Amino acid sequence: MIQYIVHSDLFLLTMTVGLYCFGTALYRRVHMPLLHPVLLTFVAMIGVLKLCGVEYAQYEEATGILNFALGLSVVSLGYLMYEQMPQIRGRLVPVVVSTLVGCVFGVLSVVYIAMAFGADRPILTSLAPKSVTVPIAVSVAEPLGGIVSLTSVVVFCVGIFGSIFGEWILRRFGVRDPMARGFALGSAAHGIGTARAIELGAVEGALSGLAMALMGLATALLLPVMEKYLY
Amino acid sequence: MTGLFCILLCWLIGNALSYCTGGYVSGNIIGMVLLFAALNLRWVKAETVRPAARFLLGAMALFFVPFGVGLMISYQTIVENLWAIVVSGVVSTIVVLVVVGWTFQSFNRRRKKEDDTIYRS
Repeated sequence: MIQYIVHSDLFLLTMTVGLYCFGTALYRRVHMPLLHPVLLTFVAMIGVLKLCGVEYAQYEEATGILNFALGLSVVSLGYLMYEQMPQIRGRLVPVVVSTLVGCVFGVLSVVYIAMAFGADRPILTSLAPKSVTVPIAVSVAEPLGGIVSLTSVVVFCVGIFGSIFGEWILRRFGVRDPMARGFALGSAAHGIGTARAIELGAVEGALSGLAMALMGLATALLLPVMEKYLY
Repeated sequence: MTGLFCILLCWLIGNALSYCTGGYVSGNIIGMVLLFAALNLRWVKAETVRPAARFLLGAMALFFVPFGVGLMISYQTIVENLWAIVVSGVVSTIVVLVVVGWTFQSFNRRRKKEDDTIYRS
């Protein structure tokens, strides 16, 4: 009986949502950046699957509905971008140039460094969109032949790294303008960086949200081209 | 419900366009651009899409948990390339932070100077 329940799709789905809720509640209590609820859910869910002896293929099938919902939420990011549009007014040039520079430097630097270490092509493709929000990164890397689980974990860790050290790094390199700081945090560390930028101030937060949306858009459109011609 | 329909429709058209262009950009990304364009062109009212979009965006983190759990089967590859991944990820994040920060700051500074001269003249 227990075997039957544990191996059912509903159990796996319920556990996933439950662990996520638990992770979120825990994060609210302790508020340590390394204990990000999603990372906790990754680890806890792997533990549950190992314990119950469930194969990943079965888990993937059981949570197909989440994958479908992810597709929907990627489309609704278009709404998020629309909401950010008033921020652009009056500073179109710095915003567009910084986004393009950030996108190209971000993709090429990670790819060339990983290449110097002798990483294979699927790894390079998985790492390339590391500065954009996870759903876009995954949607970009998947059709190009990346390993989606690697992409999602790396993007998360990059976000956490950026949110912890980003402010310090920016200060060390003489970036003091609040707008520039917010924009840089959103460009490098997507949603997690934006959460940090909101704590720094309203200007930083707004510019960071804009940067995250535009970096996602620019990377989604430019990465396939860069993948073809530049590495 | 109309909001959900708009999102689904954008995705559907996106998938069709993605298929026609050889699948280089996935359908949901094209759908995202379409929704963004439709909102800006006022084909769709923001109020129509807002409730569905807000819900989906709020729960987004949950939706990609299965990808992360995929580490279960791909950790071997990651362990083999651990140094490449960690070093490139950290260095590249610093590069993006600094380059974007400098670019944005230099443009903003120039603009402030221009504003100042306009005020003075």
